Amino acid sequence: MTYQFNFGWLAEYLPVLLGGIRVTVQLIVVGAVFGVALGIFCAWARALGPKWLGAIVGAYVEMIRNTPFLIQLFFIFFGLPSLGVQMDELTAANLAMIINLGAYSCEIIRAGIQATAKGQFEAGASLAMSPFQTFRHVVLLPALQRIWPALSSQIVIVMLGSSVVSQIAAEDLTFAANFIQSRNFRAFETYIVSTLIYLALSILLRQVLAWTGRMIFPRRLAR
Amino acid sequence: MTEFSLWDILRNLLLATRWTIVLSLVSFVGGSMVGLVLLFLRIGKGRAGQIFAKGYIELFQGTPLLMQLFLAFFGLGLLGIDVPAWLAAGLALIFWTAAFLAEIWRGCVESIARGQWEASASLGMGYLQQMRYVVLPQAFKIAIPPTVGFSVQVVKGTALTSIIGFVELSKAGTVMTNATFQPFLVYGLVALIYFALCWPLSKSSQLLERKLNVAHRNH
Repeated sequence: MTYQFNFGWLAEYLPVLLGGIRVTVQLIVVGAVFGVALGIFCAWARALGPKWLGAIVGAYVEMIRNTPFLIQLFFIFFGLPSLGVQMDELTAANLAMIINLGAYSCEIIRAGIQATAKGQFEAGASLAMSPFQTFRHVVLLPALQRIWPALSSQIVIVMLGSSVVSQIAAEDLTFAANFIQSRNFRAFETYIVSTLIYLALSILLRQVLAWTGRMIFPRRLAR
Repeated sequence: MTEFSLWDILRNLLLATRWTIVLSLVSFVGGSMVGLVLLFLRIGKGRAGQIFAKGYIELFQGTPLLMQLFLAFFGLGLLGIDVPAWLAAGLALIFWTAAFLAEIWRGCVESIARGQWEASASLGMGYLQQMRYVVLPQAFKIAIPPTVGFSVQVVKGTALTSIIGFVELSKAGTVMTNATFQPFLVYGLVALIYFALCWPLSKSSQLLERKLNVAHRNH
């Protein structure tokens, strides 16, 4: 092989990479916070909410889980403007990630809620709590704690999936890599570097989520 | 300018769907074979094999599929060959699928109760016999629902190959959008076709899982 690897461009383009990393981190923070919030609401609707709401949420979940993220993104960014809903790339990317994670986390969190012992609901009711209060104060936290590892993996998967938003010109890490390789003609090296950055980000994100879990759930789950 | 009827759009999309299906099948079958090798390295006794498989899985699960596709596309190009998009797409998807399947299957093998290993050892079985007659047949049954479930991820993963220029359903969607200026309709149809491919797989995975749980409860 005569190919000479060359990483000399790295110093020059470091600011571009850092800018890309910043956008990717912003995307996953916003996506995770609002996506999980949406997931909690949807899980409540499916497990405990009124039947009609559960049916609507069910359709939403099935639709999102059975179509590629790329198509969801294109639909939001290119398709919705014809209904008069127009937004910039970053908003569309954020929205697509929230909607996507919302559907996946709904199913994960629902499993946690449904694993709650019946006695917990009854205990809440016997303390004169409304069904919503029981959900909020008794059921939710242990349910989240039970499925926290699965939820964390899903958030990491969504972070990795976010590389696709470069396709609507949202300037994330992949967009930065595409930009750099179009300038330095060192496609392989550029993608190696950005792949390693993604690997580091996913390891870091997993640590952050584990730490967050320990903060939110200080006590061990009673078995 | 040519006018496109709904049928024209749909027909073009369906023609491209063939390539989504072919690529999904190739990735799934190829990924299963590579995944099986990884599985045996991962659960085998060899230290080097374990480390390799663990690193491989970590690497492929910790990086975006899109980056893997780019690396396959431009990396193969370094070897001085002109890389067709289908080759890069197929290879990247096979290696990506293998990592996930190996990890899923490892979970299934490890979920077999310790007593099963001990009982078969006490019958004088060697490692290979234990695997062949006791552990794998049980693990296989448990593995079916999550494996079918993962095939949905493979089908959806093929959408990314449009980005390196492989013409399948997503790429056809983009092409049709550019020709018709009707992104809402075209991407809506594309989504429905993906749904039609994936939903039966998701549903059967759920049903299989329920069946398996019932079978387990009776034991």
